[in-house]
Order: sequence, then C-alpha cells, then structure tokens
Amino acid sequence: MSHRTVVNIGPYHPLQEEAEFYQLYVEGETVVDVDVRISYNHRGIEKLDESKTFDQVPFVVERVCGICSASHPLAYVQAVEEIAHVRVPERALYLRTIVNELERLHSHLLWVGLAGHFLGYNTVFMWAWKYREPVMDVLETATGSRVNYANCKIGGVRRDIDAEQLKHIDQVCSELVGPLEMLTKAVLDDPILHARLKKVGILTPQAVKLYGACGPTARGSGVPIDVRRDDPYAAYDRVDWKVITADGGDVFGKAVVRLLECFESAKIIRQCVRDMPAGEIDAKVEAIPPGEGVGHVEAPRGETFHYVRSDGSNRPVRHKIRAPSYNNVPTFKASCIGLQIPDVAITLASVDPCYSCTERMCVAVDAQSHKSLYNFADLVRLSQEKTERLRKER
Amino acid sequence: MTVAASKTQVPLSGLVGEILARLGDLVVEVHQCTHRRGIARIDPLRTIEAAERMLGMDGSRLATATGIEVRDGIDILYHWAFEPAGLVVTLKALAPRPGFEIASVANSVPAANWIEREMHDLLGVEFVGHPDMRRLILDDSWPKDLHPLRKDFDQILDRPPLPPNQTPPDVVGEGGGQK
Repeated sequence: MSHRTVVNIGPYHPLQEEAEFYQLYVEGETVVDVDVRISYNHRGIEKLDESKTFDQVPFVVERVCGICSASHPLAYVQAVEEIAHVRVPERALYLRTIVNELERLHSHLLWVGLAGHFLGYNTVFMWAWKYREPVMDVLETATGSRVNYANCKIGGVRRDIDAEQLKHIDQVCSELVGPLEMLTKAVLDDPILHARLKKVGILTPQAVKLYGACGPTARGSGVPIDVRRDDPYAAYDRVDWKVITADGGDVFGKAVVRLLECFESAKIIRQCVRDMPAGEIDAKVEAIPPGEGVGHVEAPRGETFHYVRSDGSNRPVRHKIRAPSYNNVPTFKASCIGLQIPDVAITLASVDPCYSCTERMCVAVDAQSHKSLYNFADLVRLSQEKTERLRKER
Repeated sequence: MTVAASKTQVPLSGLVGEILARLGDLVVEVHQCTHRRGIARIDPLRTIEAAERMLGMDGSRLATATGIEVRDGIDILYHWAFEPAGLVVTLKALAPRPGFEIASVANSVPAANWIEREMHDLLGVEFVGHPDMRRLILDDSWPKDLHPLRKDFDQILDRPPLPPNQTPPDVVGEGGGQK
C-alpha cells in the first residue's frame, strides 16, 4: 500500500457557495476515501423561525439559499397550506410555477457555465452566463428582484404579473430556445467532453436509494424521481412536460439532465403564460389550526423538504428545513472513491453543491518538506490540463 | 395531534394505508392517513426494523428526519417519501427523557447518517450504535451539554463565549504555505 495523504478542499472554496470542507484521502493520485464537514456558516434558521409568525417565515426561508429563493418559501407555504387546508386560487398556482421554473432555468445555466470553467471551456462559461442574463432580467420584471423574490405567501402570491410582462416573459423564453440548442449541441457533441466526463464519478441507482439522493443527481443515474410529477404542486399537473433522465450516473449524465431540463422549463413557462387564468392571486387565510404539514418542492438541485408543526398559536412550534444538497453531498462517499484528483473537482461540482465567489482556501503543508499540497488553483489547473491533454491526443 | 394523548385510531385507506399496514405491529398509533400523507407512531425499540422494512419497499426514499422536543422527550420523525406515488409517510418514535436514547438507523439507511448527527448536536438525542457520531453542525469547541434547538435555549443569553483563536501547529494559514 502506498503512502496515504490528505488533500483538503475547503472550508472556503470557489467550488461551493457555502463553506464546506472536503478531505480527500489519496494514495498517489487515487482517491480512497472522502470525508465531508459542513456547517461552518450555520445560521440557525430553524430556531429563528420558531420566533417568527407564520407570515414572516417565508421572508426568512427565502434567504436559506440565494438561488433556491423561490423553492424554499414555496415548500414552506405548502406545508402551512396543508395544515390550514387552504385552497390556493388557480392564477396564483400558475404564477408560482413561472417563478419556480425561471429559477430552475437560471440555476442550471449557472451550473453549466461553471462546469465549463472547471474543465477549461471558458467559452461555455461565457455563453451560458450570457444566456442566463435575460432570465435574471425576467425574474426582476416578474418579482421585482434578481434574488430573494419575496413572491410567495400563505394562500397565494404577493405580486401579480400583468399581460405585458407575461408577453415579455414569453418572448424571452422563446428567444432562449435557439441559443440553448446551440449550447447543448456544443457541449453534448464535443468528443473531448465525452472523454472527460463519461464514466467519471459514477453514482449507481442503488447508491441513490441508500443515500436518499434527489433531483438531477438522481435523475442522472436513471432514477426518474421528480416532485413536480410525483406529488404535483403549483400548476405542474396542468401543463405538458416530461421528466428528463440519463443513464450512466456519471458527470456527463448529470450535465445532460440539466441541459435538457432547461428546454422543459422554457416549455412549462410558455404554456403557463399561454394558459394563465384570470382571477384572484391569493386566498384569505384565517388562523393556522394545530397540526403538522409537509411541503416539498423540486428545487433546481433536487427536493426541498419542509416540515411545519403548529400548535394553534401564530408561530410554528417547529419548522424543519432540508435542502437538496444535504442529501446529495454524502453521495461523494460513493462516487468519488477510485477517482483521480483532476476528476474530483468536476465530480464535486456535478451535484451542484452551490458555488461561491469566495477565493480562499486552507492550504495543507507537508510538515517535513514544507511544500504545500494542492490548492484550488492547482485543482482547476490539473482539471484543465487533463482536458488539454485529451484534446491533443485526438 | 401533537402528542400521543388521544388514542383514537385513524382508519387506514389508500396507498398510505397499505404502507402502514405492511409495517404491522410496529405501528403503535396512526395519527393521519390521507391520500398522500401519513403520520404514525412506531415502537421506539424497533426503529431499525421499521427503517429496514421501509427501505425495502418499492420507490421509498428517506427524505429526512426531524427532532421535536415534547413533554416526554424528543420525538424523532422519519419522513419517508415514495416515488412515483408522491406520498410522504412520517414515522414517529420517542427518545425519552432524561437520556434521550434511541437506536440509530444509520447503519441500515446511510441517508440517516447526517441527520442523526445533526439531531445529536442540536437537540442532544443519543443515537445508540451510530457509526460516526462526530460533530456535524456545531463546532468542536461548543460546550458538550448545550443544545441550541432545545426550547429552553435562549439565543442571546445562553450563547457560549467564542473559543480562543488557535492555529494547529502543522497547518500554516492563508499565504503562509507559499514558499
């Protein structure tokens, strides 16, 4: 057995938005074990919610994640609506669907861009983020903000979208399809990306079940689970769309799922705009009775799960939040073992554990030689060099 | 419906009812059984058996677990999602005072690993037989008997002082390793 070394990734690292600490145990270049430590930035939102009224909680939970800031409030209000048996007006359901799909669209494009960067495909990064920008503009038009939309409330939505804005949304989505096709083709038909991503970081369907993985991470392994179809909420059962899956369970499969889901999202939004019913955008909600409710929503990264318990007062007794990456990140135990170090960066990135603009990391230094082990720049460089090498070999 | 005070049994119906029926005598009391949601209390001494049976069912997935402080202890709620049926079945088991001990299901269901560590940190539930009970949410320097999600924890008054700033001797901080 060769010498075993620890490679630290994190706690602060450009691969992820939240501070997470991966320790790769490597023998030579091969990863033999992974340890993950989280919660360097735990904000105690569950505790905080116990001191907020039911109406205030959506504004707190949309700050759980800057990207999923439509999914978290929606999961929470669905849990409360389940307790209070609220009938949400039809128009509000469609409006919720539009905002949630716009969120998925921008999140997936963000991931595609960053994945491109890690692999040394900066053109993909530029393209994807260019096409993401109109989506962000539309979100701003529809909700008044690029992040933290403050759109959901118990019983409906807070803000209507008028006919002119709907037309604008429809136009942006239809204009997006052409460039998206070009981008998808460029990525999926590239022989070097095939060589680089196929059979890398494989997650088997059995591991998906054991680790409770969800979202594109599960669908990339050919497991067709999607809350939007399985437990329909908002207007997802009223529009025509399909669940995208890919076989293989490798990084390539997850990329395929995310890229093709962008088309489904655009399709869903356009249908919602077309079929948008008239009427109220919220229902009047009286006091929340005692009881317990579950709300889950398909966020861009997978199922967001909220559990709320009420005792009849105006505050939740308990509010449990489980974000999708909480179940997806432990799958590295299954998918990273046996990989080479250059492949780890993209495998960690493939479940989309939220990215960051924080350019800091912990550098481990060998105590004897005083030589530093890998830092993040090295990892990206290794990853980009491998792509370059494959390109030359062809 | 908050604690097991009422002994009224809800009739089992639909797919949720079938799932609860398959658990047999593990189910002590059924609180809720609608067409997509089920909540039932199970025998706290047989949680592992219940988890294994749930994991063995088609399309099941442990979504997460919740710990709630109640009068007699801490209720552990295992939320099982079923796809493509779109069900969520919640199984409750009580970790009684004063020790808050309950058997860990993480050996059978790896998805429970992190969430049990989280409940151990935040609520002080002792999961017996957990494979890796290190701190997950709280810092290693956090006092051992202080659990921030308990009802009697005050976010301002009970906050422990920050630990002294320490740099482990063999790790050089940012920029220090660039020689």
